[in-house]
Amino acid sequence: MAFSGSRGFAPALFAGLVLSSVPACPADSEPGARGASPAPLRQSELVHLVRHDCGSCHGLTLAGGLGPALLPEAMAGKPIEYLEHVILYGRSGTAMPAWKGLVSEDDARWIAQELRKGFPRER
Amino acid sequence: MVGHAEGSPLYPGARGKRGLSSWRWLLTRGGLSAVLATTSMSGAFACPDASPRGTGDLGLVIERAVGRVQLVETTGRTVLARIEGLGDLSHASLVYSRDGRYAYVFGRDGGLTKVDLLCARIERRVMQAGNSIGGAISQDGRLVAVENYTPGGVKVFASDTLELLADIPAEYGDGKRAKVVGLVDAPGSRFVFSLFEPGEIWVADLSDPRKPAVEKFGNVGKAPYDALITPDGRYYLAGLFGEDGLALLDLWHPERGVRRVLDGYGRGEEKLPVYKMPHLRGWAIAGRHAYLPAIGRHEVLVVDTESWTEAGRIAVAGQPVFVMARPDGRQVWVNFALPANDTVQVIDTETRAVVQTLKPGKAVLHMEFTPRGEAVWISARDDDRVLVYDTASFMRLTELPADKPSGIFFTARAFRVGF
Repeated sequence: MAFSGSRGFAPALFAGLVLSSVPACPADSEPGARGASPAPLRQSELVHLVRHDCGSCHGLTLAGGLGPALLPEAMAGKPIEYLEHVILYGRSGTAMPAWKGLVSEDDARWIAQELRKGFPRER
Repeated sequence: MVGHAEGSPLYPGARGKRGLSSWRWLLTRGGLSAVLATTSMSGAFACPDASPRGTGDLGLVIERAVGRVQLVETTGRTVLARIEGLGDLSHASLVYSRDGRYAYVFGRDGGLTKVDLLCARIERRVMQAGNSIGGAISQDGRLVAVENYTPGGVKVFASDTLELLADIPAEYGDGKRAKVVGLVDAPGSRFVFSLFEPGEIWVADLSDPRKPAVEKFGNVGKAPYDALITPDGRYYLAGLFGEDGLALLDLWHPERGVRRVLDGYGRGEEKLPVYKMPHLRGWAIAGRHAYLPAIGRHEVLVVDTESWTEAGRIAVAGQPVFVMARPDGRQVWVNFALPANDTVQVIDTETRAVVQTLKPGKAVLHMEFTPRGEAVWISARDDDRVLVYDTASFMRLTELPADKPSGIFFTARAFRVGF
């Protein structure tokens, strides 16, 4: 989302994230390795959610729409924690809402990891 | 339905058995010259074997995940045909030709597809952009305009051939391209649209289709997300995502500029998350009032369209997405973003009360009234079906299978400004 200036937003958010996530997970040294992966059934629900509901702004193919593309090329270089944070808490000043009421932290991390790899298609 | 011949699987079976026998009939009875004459005439009226039929009770249902549309009819409430090959329809909308025969389908992938309803087939198709959101057709039916995200701008095509006539890049600042939203047709070969990033409204006059004259209005508000034109073609109203209010342009008096209406309707309260962008269109108008989705509030806002001041607000089940008046204006039907996307509520416009709450299915994406409003068709994406309700009794009349249905579009749109 670019309308309130994409420059400057990501670094600010990321700084906030480092501060807030460190106390919550003191034992975490390996990014993306915390918690448990969602169960297979939940994973397929999340695939559906991302493809269809996130897809209403980011496109069913995740090639972008009103929201930016979420394809691996676009995700490269964005840390898992950053993506997880954006999913859970949204980006203020943009149309990206906080999804924390609908997805758990484990869900968000799994989505972030899959986006980096290339998000699965619905079976 | 007339002409649903036995042995012909789909209406109207333009290439079916009857098609062959018709051609054979022509060959034997009239000789080659007659066939050629018929053929050249049929350039304007194809499908020589189909029994005549109107299109007034026809419509298309988008099957968003499989790039297909269903041809439906609202008299017997049946599916007549399925038309494949329309590309990425994950956000798709369409407009109709003035004769109600052709649909122009705008796909997410920038595809513009002209579908012939009478022959149930694709007439023409062009890829005109990388990422597209919707379109409009001119008052005289000659021009089809498409609003694009990538590259940001509007492209205008001849409705008969889909030849590109004009390209209007949505440039702002130092050469950046904005996403275009809220494109509508306005009387007099004009198209009006909004630029998402810089918050501008542009009015393009295509009286000379190859030389558009564009008038620009800047600083209309933060992040216009969609817009409508009132059914009389006078007012263009853009919803703002980035602030509480809407931007209004009086097309009878563009010299008066864009003004803000419903300023500060959120009263400074924190917004609730919006999991799906609301949509605006002329269906918001019921009598003298407009019923509009609030952003980040579980409310429908009521606006007096004579004074453009708030006339009330109605608490509803969630973040409204579509707020649509029944054609007679007596009811307003509302669907919602997650997590209330299994719900539809009906507002009685006389009492401004929610008089009915329905649970049509999982992920209700869209609603469309039959031309005179006795029934409404509702798509339930995650149940893979379309449901038809009686709008007086709220009884479910039927349901039709559909693969991840989204938008439902009936041909009566052909005759309305802003559709």
